[in-house]
Amino acid sequence: MSDLLVVENVKKYFPITRGIVFQKEVAAVKAVDDVSFTVKRGETLGIVGESGCGKSTLARCILRLLDPTAGRIIFDDRDITSLKRSEMRPIRREMMMVFQDPYASLNPRKRVGFIVSEPLEVAKLGTAAERKRRVQELLEVVGLNPEHYNRFPHEFSGGQRQRIGVARALAVNPKLIVCDEPVSALDVSVQAQILNLLRDLQGEFGLTYVFIAHDLNVVRHISDRVMVMYLGKIVEQASDRDLYRQPYHPYTGALLSAVPIPNPELGRKRKPILLEGDVPNPINPPEGCRFHPRCPSAIAGTCDVIEPPLVEIRPGRRGACHNPLPGWDASAARHEPGSTVATG
Amino acid sequence: MTALLEVENLRTRFRTDDGFVQAVDGVSFAIEPGSTLGIVGESGSGKSVTCLTVMGLNDTRNTTSEGSARFDGIELIGAGRDQLNKLRGTRMAMIFQDPMTSLNPVKTIGWQLEEAVLAHQDVTRKEARARSVAALGDVRIPRAEARLRDYPHQFSGGMRQRVMIAMALINGPDLIIADEPTTALDVTTQAQILALMNGLQEEHGMAIIMITHDLGVVAEVADDVVVMYGGQIVEQAPVGEVFYRPRHPYTWGLLGSLPRLDAEVDRLVQIPGQPPSLMRPPDGCRFHPRCAYTMDICRTQLPVLETSPGTDHLQRCWLDDETKRREGTKIIEMVHQAAS
Repeated sequence: MSDLLVVENVKKYFPITRGIVFQKEVAAVKAVDDVSFTVKRGETLGIVGESGCGKSTLARCILRLLDPTAGRIIFDDRDITSLKRSEMRPIRREMMMVFQDPYASLNPRKRVGFIVSEPLEVAKLGTAAERKRRVQELLEVVGLNPEHYNRFPHEFSGGQRQRIGVARALAVNPKLIVCDEPVSALDVSVQAQILNLLRDLQGEFGLTYVFIAHDLNVVRHISDRVMVMYLGKIVEQASDRDLYRQPYHPYTGALLSAVPIPNPELGRKRKPILLEGDVPNPINPPEGCRFHPRCPSAIAGTCDVIEPPLVEIRPGRRGACHNPLPGWDASAARHEPGSTVATG
Repeated sequence: MTALLEVENLRTRFRTDDGFVQAVDGVSFAIEPGSTLGIVGESGSGKSVTCLTVMGLNDTRNTTSEGSARFDGIELIGAGRDQLNKLRGTRMAMIFQDPMTSLNPVKTIGWQLEEAVLAHQDVTRKEARARSVAALGDVRIPRAEARLRDYPHQFSGGMRQRVMIAMALINGPDLIIADEPTTALDVTTQAQILALMNGLQEEHGMAIIMITHDLGVVAEVADDVVVMYGGQIVEQAPVGEVFYRPRHPYTWGLLGSLPRLDAEVDRLVQIPGQPPSLMRPPDGCRFHPRCAYTMDICRTQLPVLETSPGTDHLQRCWLDDETKRREGTKIIEMVHQAAS
């Protein structure tokens, strides 16, 4: 399987400026800081992290909705990092997005038919009659009544709106769909409908997903591989099964232990690892490992001084930690200066 | 033990431009002192409105409430403002979902906490300040004294929720109603807040009503569980009963539709369709249009909330006990065994 998407050392800094006429950059929010990964064709890569970890910014960088400050994005064997708007246009139809809020991401004044056919129009595909047929076909694919072509978004419930969002993303037969928290605004029973739909569509059309969510249950369910982000950095990446069976990074361990389990006996037996305090300010992230001030297994003199690089700890598995969770050999993570950072 | 709060046949109706909405339709439950009741349901199931009605917080201009809610023997439904004010904030308090909109952004945290004390108790401002410091300490906010001078925006989301809890606790209530207190928080912060509430309950012995849509949270904190759908209770039982011997198809659907951290499930059970409109609720059982077990009687007659023979497990479903037991076990085996 070849890689559909390669992200290399991508950074996105948002400058903070002072002054009105002469704007001087005084600091920067390092929303995404040196992130590298690949996505294979036909797989689902899950990205988890808490609010402010940079996962949404990363999604927008992948699609070039934001221009990365540094790094390279290679999509379908083509470097798209510095393509011009006009050059991006034909590529945009290969990569689409499903947004979090199905209320805000559909234009309330347009009919569903228009909303779903807009990507086709932008891409100048087909005649009006063909587009209409395509839209009705798409509505059927996502489980909506094709007769509802002429309705407005407010006539649909949250789950149905999210189906419209998915239909719109599918309209131009994209290769990659980036889903940014697509189910977090939905009730559980409806959330299951959308997750099943996304999975069915992947099987049917061979789609590749980058799936971003803060809910570890959801990410585990849908993903083949999972990446955990903290303060703009990847701290761990593994296949979904490995990550949940044997987390490597203490942050992953804390995240997993914090998820309530709908099973009273099991749930009450387990002891969540309670992290101290809150996620630090990304303007001024901590020295060394960014997680060290909250980390239960931080080593003084190491973790607060040296930033652990993201290294391959096992084939297909990466982690960035000086003192990984029990069961892991700390020396596996130790590295020689100048050793290459694994991508994969 | 006598119940601290006893709600009986509570009905709340809103008047809207398009007609009446029966948001709560005949809800009854009781909560013992020091225990935790979890109310689960999806949006629009009436779980929040039930609690707002109990607290007397609905807009009286377009809301009518019937039935009864007795707090320690005192009737709350139809009680006057003065009488409610004697109870609210002192003996019963509420924590809301979004701490940013429940705190006043232009007053310091200290001012707001002191106000909560001074409104109900005849103490000096100095004494009120001392209690505020103690309350912030109780909810593990470091440097409590200095933080009293801060404004809400200077706190993070988790810290703001701690302030809300401190405010709810400051007059030593017997009952706290928490309406989705952790929904807006990250999962690690949620774990902190739940552990904190658990510890405070052990320390102070207050009863908690936890309203949530998250079955995981309910499983971890509740002693008894009420499952609501379309303004009605569909199932009500001790927590173990609901999670190991569920007897209502809606609860089966909820349990099966959860993606699980501890399980490998290929396809989630999905409940088809959408939650019902309370403006025009379906005839018969409210759940029948989405139910996989619908029979003729379900379409025309509303089942009564009744106990399964020999248990204190209430449910509202026309299926015979044998089927409920069989299907419930099937779902539970699928859900919990996939976990092992």
